[in-house]
Amino acid sequence: MTATAETTGAIGRPIRRKEDERLLHGRTNWTDNIQLPGTIHMATLRSPMAHAKITNIDISAALASEGVLHVYIGADFPDLPGTTCVWPVTDDIVMSHMPAICTDEVRYVGDVVAIVLATDQNLAVDALQLIDIDYEPLGAVVDMEEALKPGSPLVHESAGTNLCYTAKMPCGDYEAAKAKADVVVSRRFINQRLIPNTMEPRSVVAAPMGMSDEITIWTSTQIPHVLRVLLALLTGIPENHIRVVAPDVGGGFGAKLQINREEVLALVLAKKLGRPVKWTESRSEHFVSTHHGRDQIQDIEIAATKDGTVLGMKVDLLADMGAYLQIITPGTPLLGMFMYSGIYKMEALDFTCTGVYTTKTPTDAYRGAGRPESTYAIERIMDELAAELGMEPMELRKKNWIKHEEFPYTQIAGLTYDTGNYEAATERAMEMFGYEALRVEQEARRAAGDPVQLGIGISTFTEMCGLAPSRTLGALKYVAGGWEHCTVRALPTGKIELITGTSPHGQGHETAWSQIASDIIGVPVEDIEVVHGDTGRSPYGMDTYGSRSLAVGGQAIKLAGERLVEKARIIAAHQLEVSPDDIEFAAGTYSVKGDPEKSTTIQAVAFEAFTAHNLPDGVEPTLSGEATVDPLDFSYPHGTHLAAMEVDTETGKVTLRKYVCVDDCGVQINPMIVEGQVHGGLAQGIAQAMYEGAVYDAEGNLLTASLAEYLLPSAADLPSFDTDRTVTPSTTHPLGTKGIGEAGAIASTPAIINGVIDAIRHLGVNNIDMPASPMTVWRAIQAAKSGGN
Amino acid sequence: MIPASFDYVKASTVDEAVAALVKGGEDAKVLGGGQSLLPVLRLRLNAPSVLIDVSEVGEMRALTDDGDALLIGASVTTYEVMHSELVKEHAGLLSLTAGAVADPAIRHKGTFGGSVAHADPAGDLPTVAAALDCEMVIAGPNGRRTVAAKDFFVDYFTTALAADEVLVAVRVPKLGAGWSYNYQKFNRTAQAWAIVGVAAAVKSENGTITEARVALTNMGATPIRATGVEAALAGASSSDAIAAAASKAADGTSPTSDLHADSEYRKHLAAVLTRRAVEAASGI
Repeated sequence: MTATAETTGAIGRPIRRKEDERLLHGRTNWTDNIQLPGTIHMATLRSPMAHAKITNIDISAALASEGVLHVYIGADFPDLPGTTCVWPVTDDIVMSHMPAICTDEVRYVGDVVAIVLATDQNLAVDALQLIDIDYEPLGAVVDMEEALKPGSPLVHESAGTNLCYTAKMPCGDYEAAKAKADVVVSRRFINQRLIPNTMEPRSVVAAPMGMSDEITIWTSTQIPHVLRVLLALLTGIPENHIRVVAPDVGGGFGAKLQINREEVLALVLAKKLGRPVKWTESRSEHFVSTHHGRDQIQDIEIAATKDGTVLGMKVDLLADMGAYLQIITPGTPLLGMFMYSGIYKMEALDFTCTGVYTTKTPTDAYRGAGRPESTYAIERIMDELAAELGMEPMELRKKNWIKHEEFPYTQIAGLTYDTGNYEAATERAMEMFGYEALRVEQEARRAAGDPVQLGIGISTFTEMCGLAPSRTLGALKYVAGGWEHCTVRALPTGKIELITGTSPHGQGHETAWSQIASDIIGVPVEDIEVVHGDTGRSPYGMDTYGSRSLAVGGQAIKLAGERLVEKARIIAAHQLEVSPDDIEFAAGTYSVKGDPEKSTTIQAVAFEAFTAHNLPDGVEPTLSGEATVDPLDFSYPHGTHLAAMEVDTETGKVTLRKYVCVDDCGVQINPMIVEGQVHGGLAQGIAQAMYEGAVYDAEGNLLTASLAEYLLPSAADLPSFDTDRTVTPSTTHPLGTKGIGEAGAIASTPAIINGVIDAIRHLGVNNIDMPASPMTVWRAIQAAKSGGN
Repeated sequence: MIPASFDYVKASTVDEAVAALVKGGEDAKVLGGGQSLLPVLRLRLNAPSVLIDVSEVGEMRALTDDGDALLIGASVTTYEVMHSELVKEHAGLLSLTAGAVADPAIRHKGTFGGSVAHADPAGDLPTVAAALDCEMVIAGPNGRRTVAAKDFFVDYFTTALAADEVLVAVRVPKLGAGWSYNYQKFNRTAQAWAIVGVAAAVKSENGTITEARVALTNMGATPIRATGVEAALAGASSSDAIAAAASKAADGTSPTSDLHADSEYRKHLAAVLTRRAVEAASGI
């Protein structure tokens, strides 16, 4: 089946984004730009200790400081939680309580210990330095393996353990598969802790708006709808008194899929004080207090026969929760649980994940959330298996992947991949890459002993997008559903309001959603206004994360649009004095079959529906379509990524020379937006592989606490990417779409590291932990030379 | 982050700047392009009571030919140094290295003099000042004095400048005929500070190096002249001889260890980069 046949028109065109004019001209409505009369500014004092008892707090000097209105400490809000976890993943899970302000104990550097409210942001920050707090150290817990040992300091004393949960998913009989194997390869991979950095830091304004008991909260979030529910549950403020608005949001990447203590405090204080309360984090605050991502130790074992047939895989993870569970902290590593077999057929997959508390910033979703980790593990271990077998790594993959004629295919973890064509994506990628020529150059450099060696990194990945259906999420103990909502309203003048429950933060929903609706209801893209990110205007939604907006939300747009068209058909038929069955609809025009001169437009019908002077009996005035869609299944984008890596063996410096990726995200609504998502995702994945990584010292201090130490690559560090797409439409998603938001970040880390190792494997190197910093690579080469590694 | 509050004085002459420094006492700071000082203030690592802005002091904005040297005002921006025809002609090493500093936005705001006075051992331009035997022209309440680069850089972020003195200009001796040069900057991202940097200038005759100057970035508390390498390079005419000389680059140094490189790795890099810098400069 293809969906392309019915989506000629706006869908598939790389039209310029509606959003970009205001973004490029600085007319963006960031939360921090919102200035309300009488605003009180909030500043947060954060713990400098990783783990300590608070023995004394003196706020007197801060209270006396210029402009200061209030100083609050934990004792002022003893029962107010700062966040909540909606995914208690197992029966044995040890939950945690993160207070809005710490009362007697701090558990990571960055934990909030006091807040200052002042008439001016500068004065609020000045007063922070006047608060005097005495701490009694309790012992930091930094390393996950140490944390699980008896006698380790406890992050949560009352729990009696640092073990948060153990999740197991045995699929097939791994020991039986291993017993048949000729070759078993095991490796320990480190998927290091990352610190998501959005262009716009977190920011919130909460204000009683005066006309009712309603408090409006503007916040830089991905999840206005979910946040509204959670804020109500946490604060006791009735949900119908809370309106959440996500204005323009400058990047999220999962870091704004969260309920934050600063949001809780701003809401509660705005209600208590009756004035607007505003808080915006600094970049320094962001580093310690916005949730982190990844942070897994992965023990991976793969078993195969000597002809290269993969039999099974064993996955044993340690996943760092940090100090507290936030919105989906424990579930994040498990989002990769079903994907460790990647695109390959195997008899068994034995999965275990152990969640561990440490005295570090909480972890949570970051672009890909669980799937980058699983993809790294499977694609890295496939290269190691190929090396052990002496096989060309692409040949090993071809031997084991699901062939295009085998779809739909139920893989070992129980997911049914609806469609895919790994052969086509790989063939196109290898052609663009010049794979064979690079292999020849690699051989020549090895033979010549060139100080700069060349390696080819492969990643043939798949992922799962669009968390759904809701009953599956329920079975996984996730508290919420996976549906999405859309209302398409035809206004009397023929203009369209498309009200979506998705909440963009850079993705271009205003443009892409208009393209979908344009094709379905036959009005120009520019006549469609997309309304999003405001619980007051779009009451139903599950928001934006996990590449779900198009995969799930797109279905709701399609169905809502079709419902509008069907209602309008009845009105049009009445106007044209024929039966609805005798009406044809195309490009916004209803015409009588066989008599195309007799016609009316959807805009004319909209006006008729407004005046209601001449509607058929039983048809209500106004013209709109509404749909809430719970999808049939996840979607499964895939692709082949190839990286040519140069390694300077004298210094260890790694250079990405060429990057080719061919992604298959099914039908593309706007290929230019797809291209942008791919580029951004690649930059973040390559950043994990080569540059980024949070580092803590033994006392729990974050050493990479600024952009000087935590290296984000810029355009100057990245090559021009060579990208293309194959199109294998999804059969479970009515538009044929699959999702593309995270693909680049998911696929690229193993491509880079496999390439680095491929360049120096002949020197004896068979693992490099991310990031592949020059010193790391140089040391690996030195260790291999002296017989180590 | 938001800096603590401070007073601000805009100086229009060197004398005004000095007077303001004297008045401001120990808590006064000179503000040039702000590319080093402002982050320090925003992180609240320092909270001066008064900032004295010298970015538009006429004398400090001048870049002139002073006979056997160039006189580069301390408020001349890194971008202007990079693109100056005078600098390209007489101090190409400085021009080249200026282009390796940070990114275009920072080069447009940051100044050569500011970098030298800030004395970050990871800064690129202090190393060039050391390699070229620059002299610092300093003004204070007792008039002016000149300090050689080797005496100017004292320790981490510490120079011979007294609290009531301002760096007016840097005197950059012309290299003259027969010299060629190179700067090797080793960093992880394009905009980052040098993990290690090596500035090399060599004078060659008929394929033989007759004189060499080699200075190292981030191999100690100050820019360091690799005197052992310089001596060993005299008479070198082969890549083996250059490699042998370069292997002495880290002799006597005790570089710091940090997240990106430990001391041992820095020493290794210094040797590799010195060899590459000299090879590139000499064409041997």
